[in-house]
Amino acid sequence: MDGMLSLAANNLLSPIILFFALGFLAAFARSDLSIPEAIAKGMSIYLLFAIGFKGGAAVAANGIDATLILSLAAGLVLSFVLPLVAFALLRAMTGLSVTDAAAVAAHYGSISIVTFVAASSVVSASGLVAEGYMVAVAAVMEAPAILSALWLIARYDKGAAGMDAGLMREILLNGSIVLLVGSFLIGAITGAEGMDLIAPFIVAPFQGVLCLFLLDMGLVAGRGLRDARGVLKPGLFAFGVLMPLVGSGFGLLAGVLLGLSPGGVVLFMTLSASASYIAVPAAMRVALPEANPSIYLTLSLGVTFPFNLTIGIPLYLAVATFVTGG
Amino acid sequence: MQTHQAKRVEITIEAVMEGRLTKALVAAGVTGFTVLPVLGGSGRSGQWSREGQVSRAGGMVCVVCIIRPDRLDALLDAAFAVVERHIGVVSVIDCEVLRAERF
Repeated sequence: MDGMLSLAANNLLSPIILFFALGFLAAFARSDLSIPEAIAKGMSIYLLFAIGFKGGAAVAANGIDATLILSLAAGLVLSFVLPLVAFALLRAMTGLSVTDAAAVAAHYGSISIVTFVAASSVVSASGLVAEGYMVAVAAVMEAPAILSALWLIARYDKGAAGMDAGLMREILLNGSIVLLVGSFLIGAITGAEGMDLIAPFIVAPFQGVLCLFLLDMGLVAGRGLRDARGVLKPGLFAFGVLMPLVGSGFGLLAGVLLGLSPGGVVLFMTLSASASYIAVPAAMRVALPEANPSIYLTLSLGVTFPFNLTIGIPLYLAVATFVTGG
Repeated sequence: MQTHQAKRVEITIEAVMEGRLTKALVAAGVTGFTVLPVLGGSGRSGQWSREGQVSRAGGMVCVVCIIRPDRLDALLDAAFAVVERHIGVVSVIDCEVLRAERF
């Protein structure tokens, strides 16, 4: 227990969390602090590029095995299943309509790549090594949840719009997925030599850029929560905290059954616990425009993201270490 | 200088729908349009600002097209088919242009 508390305290006092808290508090205090949109976009491109390349280089170093394929398959299944669990919880805990509940559920089956990046950083700082291909698992888990949500809607509302070819292409080829998978493949192809060439760019500055990016995310999350406080009923707030714990349980089970390393289990738990706030909201605006965006954005960005960053990740690290004996 | 009557149609719509809308406009025979960023606003769906949007999901754009009056109905039908279920505003105003053959 002492170890867990010390881990949680260390995480809370790490620069990435403190910068996130600074942004969050600045937004609540209505400070004019802001990160220019283009710089925030540039930082997100850098982080995806760096995390993808490092994952690919790690796969090149360790080789491809059956666990990689099974992990991808498990990620795919979890992304399809988690929205069904989230939907059932939402219908039981909140008074959301079927449309709003399905839209929120889609976010919780998909993933937050920034939470994944933060968890990777915490795993490294703890001296653990995770499987490099978890980056590919993250990419695989991005889209299937959207299909599950649309299936839920179609089941309850026959007249609702569904998926068209254009939307499917936009989801599968969204910039984040293309960059993450592309960098992963380039890292896997170029391996250690490629890593040596660009390490000064993607290793040393990584933590600093992540801090600045999380400052911006803190501002965004704080503003979102400040402006949508009326939306956040107690049942919804409870769901925003409970669902990551439920999701992480599924991730823990999958990671342990797959025989992943403790670091890999932490990342699987984090992926299963996180909620999308980039790819899925855009897809929901196209496919389910009747769903209220302030509900799903406030929940995923204003509640679940800060929860995972401050409490969730150290908790997943402690549980994974305890369960795997790592 | 000789001027010609035309219609200026302004469609403010969610950024994620921009591609679908412009595709529908081109299919309806619109030969040109301009897409403008929208900084923020307020309406039936509440107040919003471009500041702090992490994806295009929360953003809006304004598509402006100037057309000959006889093409207005086709454009509005095409635009309405796209924007019907979404947040947005469609407005039409009379205007005059110098080079009618371009519209």
